[in-house]
Amino acid sequence: MSCIFHLNNLVFGYTSTPVLRNISTEITAGEFVALVGPNGAGKSTLLKVLAGLVRGYSGSVEFSGKSLSRWNSRELARRIAFVPQETHMVFPFTAGEIVMMGRLPHRAGAVFDNPRDAEWAGEAMALTDTAALASKVFNHLSGGERQRVVLASALAQDPQVLLLDEPTVYLDLKHQMQFYDIVERLNAERGMTIISVTHDVNLAARYARRMMAMRAGSFIADGPPGEVLTPQHLYDIFEITAAVFQRPDGRGSYIIPTA
Amino acid sequence: MAAAATSFLRRDGALSAGRFLAVVGPCAAFCLLVVLFAPWIGSTGVTWRNVLAGVSPDREIFFVARLPRVLFGALVGGALAMAGVLFQAILRNSLADPFTLGVSAGSSLGAFIAIWLGLEMVIWGIPVVSIAAFIGAFLTIALVFFIARTAGVVPTFTLILAGVTLNFIFFAVMMFIHYAANFSQGYLMTRWTMGALDTADMRTVLGAAPFVIGCLAGLMWIAGQLNPLSAGEEWAASRGVDVRRVKKLSYFIGSILTGAVTAFSGPIGFVGLIVPHTVRLVAGPDHRVLIPASFFIGSAFLVLCDTAARTLFAPTEIPVGVITALLGGPFFIALLKRKRGDLW
Repeated sequence: MSCIFHLNNLVFGYTSTPVLRNISTEITAGEFVALVGPNGAGKSTLLKVLAGLVRGYSGSVEFSGKSLSRWNSRELARRIAFVPQETHMVFPFTAGEIVMMGRLPHRAGAVFDNPRDAEWAGEAMALTDTAALASKVFNHLSGGERQRVVLASALAQDPQVLLLDEPTVYLDLKHQMQFYDIVERLNAERGMTIISVTHDVNLAARYARRMMAMRAGSFIADGPPGEVLTPQHLYDIFEITAAVFQRPDGRGSYIIPTA
Repeated sequence: MAAAATSFLRRDGALSAGRFLAVVGPCAAFCLLVVLFAPWIGSTGVTWRNVLAGVSPDREIFFVARLPRVLFGALVGGALAMAGVLFQAILRNSLADPFTLGVSAGSSLGAFIAIWLGLEMVIWGIPVVSIAAFIGAFLTIALVFFIARTAGVVPTFTLILAGVTLNFIFFAVMMFIHYAANFSQGYLMTRWTMGALDTADMRTVLGAAPFVIGCLAGLMWIAGQLNPLSAGEEWAASRGVDVRRVKKLSYFIGSILTGAVTAFSGPIGFVGLIVPHTVRLVAGPDHRVLIPASFFIGSAFLVLCDTAARTLFAPTEIPVGVITALLGGPFFIALLKRKRGDLW
């Protein structure tokens, strides 16, 4: 498998205080990575750097062997899709229109969408079980429906990499699972690289195969969730005392904070 | 047939040429109808026989007094509606319009200064007051942009604040000038702030038409990118939109459109606010439809308002800005009460 992201000595701050300090790592195509860590650790910022949404960092960030800053934004949008925590629309776009926006980086014509783009959007909506919502106003949908529509819009971009910024933080348990089940299938069946920021360590351990733990702008643990989730690491990452158990279904471990 | 029409209005995603025509076509037809009929209506009756045969005064009333005024009204209404759409999109605020960013106030201040200084002459067919108004608008655009710009980026919120603040300052200066001016100048100033389309002649129309229609064509080019931009800057950037470029371009086109037409018509309120809203309610927020549809509906709306302004209390004319505000205001309030959930 080839290296899709290569980060070397990445330093970035919105002000003079750095949010990311000397980050170096490699992410391979097809990986399912969970970025965990306390508030303010720099997880979301790192994700935005990878998405090309944040510029002005020092150090190097390469995507597919080419410096991220040298990628044309349209070309990048055909390869990397980003799903934010929460999406609110000022204007009454329908779910179908939101999904079609994902075809923008691929659209050949200046004004109209061609049937092929509509097909792609249709497929993305089928995959996320949102086809029935197509002509409904996005803002009228429930939180879970909205996040699936946003995921469909990201999938319409036909990306190699899906970046998720706490995509299920406002969803109930069922919708959290439903969302990550779709993402897991994309990873397994299409080889899509997934990098997801999450506060839910148990959810991350259930789905991700690599866990990168951040604190104060740098990585302090990196490996399979089973190796990262030890009481010692959990104390170092979150300053909590936690017990670690094996899941009864054999899918890795889960934690219970005790103090 | 009816099923086909409703399926075109169902907004389930893709925009085909067929759906575009199904929405924009009727708007254009309505606009054409209004522009064709309006010149025949007025305080003095004209017959088409006399007009075509060139009999005075029907010919002069139709071709010199009414037709340029109607055509200019159509251009101004279309331009203001498009500017409203643009400002609402880039500021992601459904209450933004050409007034929010201070462009209208800047152009009025320019006109006030020209009136105060007694600059009543006409250069190359253009009144100096209009030139001053255009310069006022242009300086305001630059000033707002300069104030809002920090470290190379122009945050949306600062842009609105800068515009609103300049509005207050300009209105204060205008009140002072109005107070200091003599009685007849004061009347001219009051008259200017109400907006009017009667100053237009065929030269104004021929000057403004290529400019406004060129802007419409140019906007169709970036309309697809305005959709994600109106949803959010990160949202747009992650879909490959060059946010900085599209935002700057939209801001300047919207401002120049406002500045150019306001220089001749004076500030005409509400068109840039209610037309985009109404069109969005029927046709949806896709800018590829919203921009041309708003252009045509804005044109028709202002021509209708101006026709009412000319005829309601004939032979006395009411400033068209009074009509747009009196019609537009209550209409807008009714709209807000009825469909609040869909507007924002």
